[in-house]
Amino acid sequence: MKKNKLLIQNSITYAIVIACWIVAQILISTGNMKSLMKGLLVPLCIYAILAISLNLTVGILGELSLGHAGFMCVGAFSGAFFTKCMENVIPDVTVRFLIALLIGAAVAGVCGILIGIPVLRLKGDYLAIVTLAFGEIIKNLINAMYVGKDASGFHFSIKDSLSLGLDDTGVVIIKGAQGITGTPKAATFTIAIILVLLTLFITLNLINSRTGRAIMSIRDNRIAAESVGINITKYKLMAFSISAALAGVAGVLYAHNLSSLAATPKNFGYNMSIMILVFVVLGGLGNIRGSMIAAVVLTMLPELLRGLNDYRMLIYAVVLIVMMLFNSSPKAIEMRSVFMDRLKSKKKPAKEAA
Amino acid sequence: MAMLEVNNIGISFGGLKAVDGFSLTIEKGQLYGLIGPNGAGKTTVFNLLTGVYQPDMGRIQLDGVDITGKKTIEINQAGIARTFQNIRLFKELSVLDNVKVGLHNHHKYSTLAGILRLPSYRRVEKEMDERAMELLKVFDLDKEADYKASNLPYGKQRKLEIARALATDPKLLLLDEPAAGMNPNETAELMKTIRFVRDNFDMTILLIEHDMKLVSGICEKLTVLNFGQVLTQGETSEVLNDKRVITAYLGE
Amino acid sequence: MSFLSYLINGISLGSIYAIIALGYTMVYGIARMLNFAHGDIIMVGGFVIFTIVSTLSLPPMLGILAAVAACTLLGVVIERVAYKPLRGASSLAVLITAIGVSYLLQNVALLIFGSNARQFTSVVNVPNLKLAGGALSISGVTMVTIASCIVIMVGLTTFINKTKIGQAMLAVSEDTGAATLMGIDVNKTISVTFAIGSALAAIAGALLCSTYPSLTPYTGSMPGIKAFVAAVFGGIGSIPGAMIGGILLGIIENLSKAYISSQLSDAIVFAVLIVVLLVRPTGILGKKITEKV
Repeated sequence: MKKNKLLIQNSITYAIVIACWIVAQILISTGNMKSLMKGLLVPLCIYAILAISLNLTVGILGELSLGHAGFMCVGAFSGAFFTKCMENVIPDVTVRFLIALLIGAAVAGVCGILIGIPVLRLKGDYLAIVTLAFGEIIKNLINAMYVGKDASGFHFSIKDSLSLGLDDTGVVIIKGAQGITGTPKAATFTIAIILVLLTLFITLNLINSRTGRAIMSIRDNRIAAESVGINITKYKLMAFSISAALAGVAGVLYAHNLSSLAATPKNFGYNMSIMILVFVVLGGLGNIRGSMIAAVVLTMLPELLRGLNDYRMLIYAVVLIVMMLFNSSPKAIEMRSVFMDRLKSKKKPAKEAA
Repeated sequence: MAMLEVNNIGISFGGLKAVDGFSLTIEKGQLYGLIGPNGAGKTTVFNLLTGVYQPDMGRIQLDGVDITGKKTIEINQAGIARTFQNIRLFKELSVLDNVKVGLHNHHKYSTLAGILRLPSYRRVEKEMDERAMELLKVFDLDKEADYKASNLPYGKQRKLEIARALATDPKLLLLDEPAAGMNPNETAELMKTIRFVRDNFDMTILLIEHDMKLVSGICEKLTVLNFGQVLTQGETSEVLNDKRVITAYLGE
Repeated sequence: MSFLSYLINGISLGSIYAIIALGYTMVYGIARMLNFAHGDIIMVGGFVIFTIVSTLSLPPMLGILAAVAACTLLGVVIERVAYKPLRGASSLAVLITAIGVSYLLQNVALLIFGSNARQFTSVVNVPNLKLAGGALSISGVTMVTIASCIVIMVGLTTFINKTKIGQAMLAVSEDTGAATLMGIDVNKTISVTFAIGSALAAIAGALLCSTYPSLTPYTGSMPGIKAFVAAVFGGIGSIPGAMIGGILLGIIENLSKAYISSQLSDAIVFAVLIVVLLVRPTGILGKKITEKV
């Protein structure tokens, strides 16, 4: 009976995503969607994927990460790099994009493992600051990186384009702080929605499997998990790297939704990681559907408030603080439960009377 | 051959000898008690046996295999499972899933099979569900299978810990104060359950307990620990009548 | 000689980090929370001074005093309104709230002062010091910064060791529950901690903006993060740790800017932090924490 409940819950989650797609398609085809909103469709999917994937680390594994944007950055650049290199080799945009997605996920996943091996020994706030540090390092490295290609192969430098020493046939692909320019825009809303569904499929099925149970047992009680023979390192790394790989997918999607890609503090800095964390916390730790919805609502909120112009981010900040106080303050929780009890006790006599 | 053979193990923390020259032999199928006043080092012995701490000296053999210095998960796979003095359940997981985590190393399918819901996933999950429900039935927890573990009453939480430990299919079960916080009725029931586990699971059990009724009721042999050292060991009735033991508990 | 001047500038930058890190570390030690909004208090301090000195043309000393007063008040108010209700809640909830406060401060500043960088007039009026026949020049701001840092360090240590409220702070950071039982007013102690931390942030703001005279609503954010790194680096919760961490961080940052790459200096700073934490998981002077089974 519990199995069925799970199935229904997951189906609702998938259904919400599909319904959003249908509604958006109808609005577009009837010309009822503003261009501003149209431009927001793919980013919304990107944020949803990021929030779902971070929830795997923070909510399911129970480790605080402030470097999620770093993995997104790795995915974005490796995916876009592949696309630029293969522009003439693979002419089919969709095929090229799909391979880019796989590459972005793989590279980000490997980075997750490489970073996870040393840092997952740390706990709590220390892990948080180290992941933040890694995120910043990734962003900085990519900003200082120059990669070019000519007849003799790839050239690499951390100084400038000139020191690449390219010959006449050479093109600079990654131009330091300018990043990658001229990436073809291959991302569509439909592909983005499919990727959200895929992310959900992977995450939800993972959680409700042997592996997911092992991961959650580490979160709930590491010592007990060890005592029943759970390999802590293995499952921590697995959760962390799958989460990183999915962030990589979001990154590739991001890179192919813009014509130029540069690593700025705004898109790949710690502020982005924090924003994703906010989605996860407000959506509910371990609540996959919740974090997805929170990502969409909180991304739309500033846009919906655009009429209020200068005040919108201010309102956003206030809403965030008030929601946290309302959700997590012990006093507020107590008040809510007292209120709920009163509501219940009022209902009961009413029923009896009837 | 003895199931557990502990030879002269010891550990110090910052110069303080928490356990010193501890030896113990438990035969297969025995129900063995480890008692002693608070702070005597009983839980430290459990932590040494399960690899939470590495002993500074001595040797531990389980069923003829040397497990000295092994890690916790290796020791669990070698066949020792335990419960904890301060209950350590997977609080957010269901009662059923707590036991299924215990089954983790005996019913396997790959992560990919889990994500893609391959036939092996369905088959093994079904096996796991059945086995877990069997275990829960032994402890009269089957009706609460879908409850969140933290929502169980205290006594049942202790039982769930034992069920989870048994799920790892151990040769030796360590119970750290299983009756702590239970009322006399619950304790009596627990004694029955422990005996049942020994008889039906063919289990060897070592338990730490302060409740003398439980100890004298089910333990066949006892070791008394005082200030990290073995005070005396032997048949339960003899040990409990030993003057030194009474002095150790009541003080000079 | 250039090495020496890079080093001295590094110590100066590090002194600013250290002063900010003190606020971070004290708050962490006592309230067990990462106060992400701490960096933005620096920015508020900067803008208060900017308004008083540049807009109202009043003397710099008045600006600094007003900034310290305003930031102290702000720190206490933030703690009362946003953090106090969350005492006992999960540390993640407090962290997110602190992020909300950080957004709030930035956006209020954005609303008042706009996003364009403001030119900050240095509040320090000390002539440059020329040594070795002019080969080594140390600016007045650098000297004042380093001196302030030393004074603050000595003052703070004395305050904590010699005063009753300082001892109360130590007690609360050691064990909040036991401190309450001993009759210490925990709420008051936490308020005082926030007040001191925020006052220090105001001073850091004055020094930071005097050294790097461009002021935006986001000015405090990166130095805040770096100071946080410095606090962790030295062992979060430890006052001498914050000092050592801050100064080391400043030196590493400046030297790698000078000799390796200015693009990569931040990456190097963060990499050093990671290495330190992997070798000593609780920082240079942090206490070891063990979990009881």
